[in-house]
Amino acid sequence: MRQDTSMNAETGALRVPQSGTAQAAPEGDGVAIRGLGHAYGELQTIERLELEVEPHAVVGLVGPSGCGKSTLLELICGLREPSAGTIGVGGASSAPERLARCAYMPQRDLLLPWYSALDNAGLALRNQGRRKGAARAEAAELFGRFGLAGFEATAPAELSGGMRQRVAFLRTLLAGKPVLALDEPFAALDAITRAEMQEWLAGALRTDPRTVVLVTHDVEEALYLCDRVAVLSARPGRIIAELRAPDPRAEDRDAAVTDPAFVAVREEAMRALREGMR
Amino acid sequence: MKRWVLPVLLVAITLGAWQIAASTGALAQLFNLESFLVPSPAEVASSLWDNRALLAENAWVTLREVLAGFGCGLLAGVGSAVALHLSETLRRATYPLLVASQAIPIVAIAPILIVLFGFGVWPKLVIVALVCFFPITVNTLDGLRAVDPDAIKLMRSLDGSRWQIFRRVEAPTALPYTFSGAKVAVAVAVIGAVFAEWAGSSVGTGGLGALIRVDNALLQTSRLFAEVFVLAVIAIGLFGLLALAERRVVTWR
Ligand SMILES: Nc1ncnc2c1ncn2[C@@H]1O[C@H](COP(=O)(O)OP(=O)(O)OP(=O)(O)O)[C@@H](O)[C@H]1O
Ligand SMILES: [Mg+2]
Repeated sequence: MRQDTSMNAETGALRVPQSGTAQAAPEGDGVAIRGLGHAYGELQTIERLELEVEPHAVVGLVGPSGCGKSTLLELICGLREPSAGTIGVGGASSAPERLARCAYMPQRDLLLPWYSALDNAGLALRNQGRRKGAARAEAAELFGRFGLAGFEATAPAELSGGMRQRVAFLRTLLAGKPVLALDEPFAALDAITRAEMQEWLAGALRTDPRTVVLVTHDVEEALYLCDRVAVLSARPGRIIAELRAPDPRAEDRDAAVTDPAFVAVREEAMRALREGMR
Repeated sequence: MKRWVLPVLLVAITLGAWQIAASTGALAQLFNLESFLVPSPAEVASSLWDNRALLAENAWVTLREVLAGFGCGLLAGVGSAVALHLSETLRRATYPLLVASQAIPIVAIAPILIVLFGFGVWPKLVIVALVCFFPITVNTLDGLRAVDPDAIKLMRSLDGSRWQIFRRVEAPTALPYTFSGAKVAVAVAVIGAVFAEWAGSSVGTGGLGALIRVDNALLQTSRLFAEVFVLAVIAIGLFGLLALAERRVVTWR
């Protein structure tokens, strides 16, 4: 099944209304993390972490496995409470307010097997009180652009790994939140589809900017998609380097990622990562 | 090979061997019994035919009790599983009691129930519901607790309310477990109904349990076996209906 990679980067405009736009400032919500600490019982996962994500900025998080990246996203989204420090999202810092402003895309796709691809994508809309038909219509509009046309009624178990991830991504977008917390959104994709998805997301964020915190293991992906990339140390996670991407979300991805400036920053990031592992 | 070939073959072989052993008197000799105590399948079959009106009438009585009791047990079981799932305190407090309640022999409480409710349909309904309640509750509760905690986090991030999390994630996860519990429950429900009829029924239209009690006393073994056969058919039929319903409802497995 190859039709699932027929994605068009130019037309990747997002017409997803941001819910809560009434209370959210038109320039979007930023994320401000100060002196953050978190532990699972005895296990200290995050220590004295500082991170500032300006409204509509895209910030990448890279770091060794198990350093607390997923935990950090859950903290930002209001799914966990910190043991020290504060997390502000759009100026609000209570967990319910963070919950209302962030959409979390977990590392595993977690599609619900009892719903079709279309109903999985529209899950947030249904939760927000939209009727079944309206939620389906809204999700169906974006299915083609996600290379999912024709798979609306398909059960998640019958989708390829890449398609499942795209349905999960669409589900996150349709929640219409100002802040997206994406945990390795393209990890399960083959190299080609992955590059296409990155181009697609870059185009989408150009036309419909959102505040994004993106966790990835792929330094190149982080430097192409993000304005800034924060490198985390091994557990307990702290930010040990912050790198500015030379040309975030460039129109021509292939040219951008082979540019000497890009390669230099990538090398720097790899060095920082290696440092952090120790 | 069709799925039913093996079981049918096995039943045929068993019946054939039994027929030979019973008609030659080998079985009776082996166990040192009077031969009329060991009916052959042919005798059971002819008894089944001769008593068809009586058996059908009483099977209908038993079936109604099983269905009504199972229905009550299902409602109560799913209801209490949900309640125990929602309240940690309630679960801690009552779960040991729930398990202990299963150690109480129905034999011990049947007379009390009959004194309480009389010889009518009510004590039977209560006994059947009681035996169905436990497997359904325990299985449904297991299902509700088998929910992936990450799926709940996801629902919360997607603006899911407590009720929506239950309706869209927890209930569908638990459904196959409830079916498993229900399938165990129908089988024991038949035993429960027979026992209840045995303990307190007027003969005539007291159900298969009452007939079994009488035929047991009269050493009417052919008809006894015919009654057991009808009970088995009821149990297999109900089990099959549930399995069918499960396949229609739980389409994602
Ligand atoms: N619910 C939990 N309870 C206890 N410990 C946990 C829990 N979740 C994660 N951990 C531990 O906390 C640490 C950080 O986990 P986390 O999932 O945040 O890492 P990560 O950076 O996302 O790793 P990866 O890159 O492999 O996804 C790990 O050592 C993990 O074993
Ligand atoms: Mg992770």
